[in-house]
Amino acid sequence: MHTAETTPLLLAVRDLNVAYQSKVVVWDADFDAPFGQLVAIVGPNGAGKSTLIKAALGLVPIASGSVRFFGLPYAEVRHRVAYVPQRESVDWDFPVSAVDVVAMGLYRRLGWCLPVRRRELDLARAALVKVGLADYASRQISQLSGGQQQRVFLARALAQDADLYLMDEPFASVDAATERAIVEVLRELRASGRTVVCVHHDLPTVPEYFDHVALLNMRVVAQGPVSSTFTAENLRKTYGARLTLLEEAAQAVERARVSLQHREER
Amino acid sequence: MNWTGLDTWIVITGVLICMACALPGTFLMLNRQSMLGDGISHAVLPGLAVAFLLTNSRDIFPMAAGAVAAGVLTAVLTQMVQRFGQVESGAALGVVFCGLFAVGLILIRVASDKVDLDADCVLYGSIETAVVDVNLVPRVAWISGGLLIFNALLIAFFYKELRLAAFDPALATTLGFNANAIRLGLTVVASVTTVLAFESVGSILVIAMLVVPAAAASLLTHKLHWLLALALVLAAASAVLGHIGAITLRRFVGGLFGQSDLGATSSAAMMAVTAGVLFLICWLVTAVRQFANRRRVARDSHRS
Repeated sequence: MHTAETTPLLLAVRDLNVAYQSKVVVWDADFDAPFGQLVAIVGPNGAGKSTLIKAALGLVPIASGSVRFFGLPYAEVRHRVAYVPQRESVDWDFPVSAVDVVAMGLYRRLGWCLPVRRRELDLARAALVKVGLADYASRQISQLSGGQQQRVFLARALAQDADLYLMDEPFASVDAATERAIVEVLRELRASGRTVVCVHHDLPTVPEYFDHVALLNMRVVAQGPVSSTFTAENLRKTYGARLTLLEEAAQAVERARVSLQHREER
Repeated sequence: MNWTGLDTWIVITGVLICMACALPGTFLMLNRQSMLGDGISHAVLPGLAVAFLLTNSRDIFPMAAGAVAAGVLTAVLTQMVQRFGQVESGAALGVVFCGLFAVGLILIRVASDKVDLDADCVLYGSIETAVVDVNLVPRVAWISGGLLIFNALLIAFFYKELRLAAFDPALATTLGFNANAIRLGLTVVASVTTVLAFESVGSILVIAMLVVPAAAASLLTHKLHWLLALALVLAAASAVLGHIGAITLRRFVGGLFGQSDLGATSSAAMMAVTAGVLFLICWLVTAVRQFANRRRVARDSHRS
């Protein structure tokens, strides 16, 4: 395990600019992921949340700026970073089983051309157990529910056994059981000294699930501990003055206040 | 039916070629790039023409090199048109291969005094004359056998990588398996296959075999290794049944019109037709099975 002293910043994004054609999506973004925390990236639709993660991983071209993982370029530390794409990014009718998909997380360790063996399949099954899908290993992936598919993706990331996890909307349209399972896995990861960065869309659950938050709307409006950063003022700056969003934000902030009180009382 | 040694060689060559096409075709389908086979088979034309104009020979190596270059150019240009023109991938491919095909036609027109390129020969190939050979084993049989082994070995070696790049290109790239490179590699294999098969069986059969066996097999199974196996079986069956169909149907159809024999029918074209018929059968089987399943589920839920 790598301690906070040796790796002060697991992910440091500086002055990042990303544009699709002439449309700027991410503008002058600075983002840090502190060690051993659950980090949420929130912001309105089209704010560039997913793009920020994809650009950091080199999946979309960067116009300018720098990205460092553990102080190094991404290519040198791939094995320490696991990525969970949005569920909709793949074709779930593809002819593979759940355990096949999870084993894909182990391909880098296997290297080119070597086939998947029993050892990898056993590791993949163990990862499926952790997300509560032990009985679904040999199911074809189209026969899984949306929440189960999301958990398969999570299991694949767990199989990668990384230090930093980047997840794109893991809670998007999942059932309550899946949401609980994911939260549990995230907390276990934190307890074992891993860091998780989630693109997140559901404001009310931010204080409950996350320690650290970055508010993004093309540029990073604010980032820091949830207790000091997740405020009505910052949310207004991020989301603008749209009425429904402000109401939602007010509720979220109220919940944050209450849950922080709880923590202090404990 | 009058079966000769020639018929045996036509069937053997057909089976080998069809199976060789079905292998990369299955992964093209999984990449949602099935039309790339169609695109490549058109786009190789300027590649062949340029290779001919440069080397002044119709030897297999310059031809293959030209075709592969054209195939790669198709894939790269398609990606560029898609990215910079912001159009859907099918539209991008359409623009690119029609453009390249047009260039190819112009080049062939320019070189028309030097090269004879018969339209029928391009479309249907000439498997019947290709197997007429002075050697014990005809050259086309060697080529198609070699091609099948080459494709099978490549897919055996890169099975894991091809599956990963087809299912989740983003994950593949973050793991260090560059998905674009793997897809481009598949395009190269498809180009080589297309041009080698082109010579003997023509473009229609190549396009059909890149797409149809994989599509039919995908109706029957949800497991990738079975998908590949079934695609191979369906490809081989299309070749065998196609040739038998070609030599029996022409008598039958000829009889309908009061003639003893309709003359030449193209075996390659019949193989493509047979593949279509096999697809239809697979589709019907699946539809009936789904219907029966739904009835059973409905009945069970009614009872309980």
